[in-house]
Amino acid sequence: MTRKSANKSGPGFLERTVYGISRAIDYAEVSEDHSNSNGLLQALDPRVKMFGLFSWLLVAVCSKRIAITLVLLAVGVFLGVLSRIPIRRMFFHAWLPTLLFTGIMALPALFLTPGIPLIEMGGFHLTVQGSATVLRLVTRTGVAVTLCMLLVSTTSWPRILAALRYFHIPSEIVVMLGMSQRYIHLLLRLAKEQFEARRCRVVGQLSGREHRKIATASAGVLLHHSLDLSGEVFLAMQSRGFRGRVRTVDEFRMGRMDWIAASIFALIAGLSFYGGWS
Amino acid sequence: MHIPDGYLSPSTCVVMTVSAAPFWIVAIRKLRNALNARMVPLISLVSAFCFVVMMFNLPLPGGTTGHAVGMGIAAIMLGPWVAIIAISIALLLQALLFGDGGITAYGANCFNMAIVGSLAAYATYRLISWKESLESPRRIIAAALAGYVAINLSALCAAVELGIQPALFHDASGSPLFAPYPLSISVPAMLAGHLSFAGVAELIISGGLVAYFQRADISLLQVSAPGARDASLPTSSIALRPLWIGLAVLMLLTPLGLLAVGEAWGEWDAQAFSNPEARQTIAAASGHVQPPARIPEGLEKLSAIWTAPFPDYAPTFLKSKNLGYILSAMFGGGILIAIGLVISRFLNLAERGLTASARDSI
Repeated sequence: MTRKSANKSGPGFLERTVYGISRAIDYAEVSEDHSNSNGLLQALDPRVKMFGLFSWLLVAVCSKRIAITLVLLAVGVFLGVLSRIPIRRMFFHAWLPTLLFTGIMALPALFLTPGIPLIEMGGFHLTVQGSATVLRLVTRTGVAVTLCMLLVSTTSWPRILAALRYFHIPSEIVVMLGMSQRYIHLLLRLAKEQFEARRCRVVGQLSGREHRKIATASAGVLLHHSLDLSGEVFLAMQSRGFRGRVRTVDEFRMGRMDWIAASIFALIAGLSFYGGWS
Repeated sequence: MHIPDGYLSPSTCVVMTVSAAPFWIVAIRKLRNALNARMVPLISLVSAFCFVVMMFNLPLPGGTTGHAVGMGIAAIMLGPWVAIIAISIALLLQALLFGDGGITAYGANCFNMAIVGSLAAYATYRLISWKESLESPRRIIAAALAGYVAINLSALCAAVELGIQPALFHDASGSPLFAPYPLSISVPAMLAGHLSFAGVAELIISGGLVAYFQRADISLLQVSAPGARDASLPTSSIALRPLWIGLAVLMLLTPLGLLAVGEAWGEWDAQAFSNPEARQTIAAASGHVQPPARIPEGLEKLSAIWTAPFPDYAPTFLKSKNLGYILSAMFGGGILIAIGLVISRFLNLAERGLTASARDSI
């Protein structure tokens, strides 16, 4: 492979992969930190949060009116601020990816959606209907990502899992979710170490083919390691008395504050649904 | 391919979740029936692996990059039902923790990637690898194609779900309420990216990992290879014996064709057009439409070009019609087998070349 094509196939592929993995680890760790801080949502029962935020999410997805979606977004941001989640974090982790992904994906719809012409740009007509479609899609996706982020950033993972049991998710699935989340962290670190070790030993430019060799070999080692680890984890579980039956410790108690919060969540969801659907 | 919230209507989300539910129920029941506590950490770790492998940006030929989903390798390593659970869990974690794929669209994403992807990958892998030994190079090609087919079928499902939205859900002014592009845009747009980039990434990861496990720990490939033959045994004589017997029986039965009366429609020879008796037969078989009075010029010219060695399956040097049929069957079958052997020889050479490059990529 020529130098030119080697450059094209991605100088810094190892660096980019390490950077991507590091970002994922940081994001998960910062979420864990926020869930332990003293904010409004952190003080609520996770079942109430789950019920409330998901009901808003459903209403936002069902809503035909952009104004209602924007109101839900504003309320979500306000709740985030009261829960000590920096707006900067919401911007970089929720809204910017939404704008970049959904915005770019939806952009051609501004011109492709037939309707009343609004502006003419280079022979194409930006239509009223196209603008409404794009705005609706971007705000709806933005609300959904924000609400999801609020739940995950203000609730520790074990409490989310325990709350899932209340919504009759099979216990095996809840246990596997918990274990997967834990081992994602471990495998992310292992993958990062693998790529860093490889990067330290690379001199000069690698061709695309060599990059692919590194990526597939790393994936193979990681999968092999995962499978070996599952055997060790199973033995550890057995040594602690696991015999195939799954039990979770649920110790939630609804306080006055939780009931008030649940009522407010339900009231806002009901009003938004009425306003957005009618 | 991860559909975010807001792209699908609530009713589509409900339909997709209901469609996925039976598969989840069957998968969980199979898991419980297996009563294998070892499966819990295994599925958890494969889910975690699928999650992490999605972060590997593979440099693809042409200078771009793509990331695999891991559905092909999960189905090959764990079997389709366990893979359905493992990928569903990875998708839930992605949706909850990283906002990759929506909560309301979770059922649709699981249907596309976990269910269609896993089943398609497993079926393709089994179909191509058949009962080849675990060490066979064909398994690498089977795995690569399984990953490629699976991700493209998943993408097609997602494209159809997105593409039907504007026709079904729009407001009074005609502006789409959910995904804005019709099928004519969503299907080509989605498939172009997956056939060319994401599919190649999945192909490289699936094929490369099977090649890796063939060298590192071949026992891990046994789940999706029931009945795989032992590579140390000679393959042709055992596996092909029933086929040889079947072929011989069919050859011996070929004289049964003599029981049929008349001539097949359209298979008349040129002389039949000038024979009054044969003309009657042709007319009777053609709805009483008389054939042309003269032999068609083109037919007359072309029919003289080639004279078959065994016309009407009756070699001239044999008096017995039955024996003539059997000899014709043996002659024809022999030629076909010889052609098949030549083609398989060429395919084996090509397969070795492909496998060498796949092995070289890990």
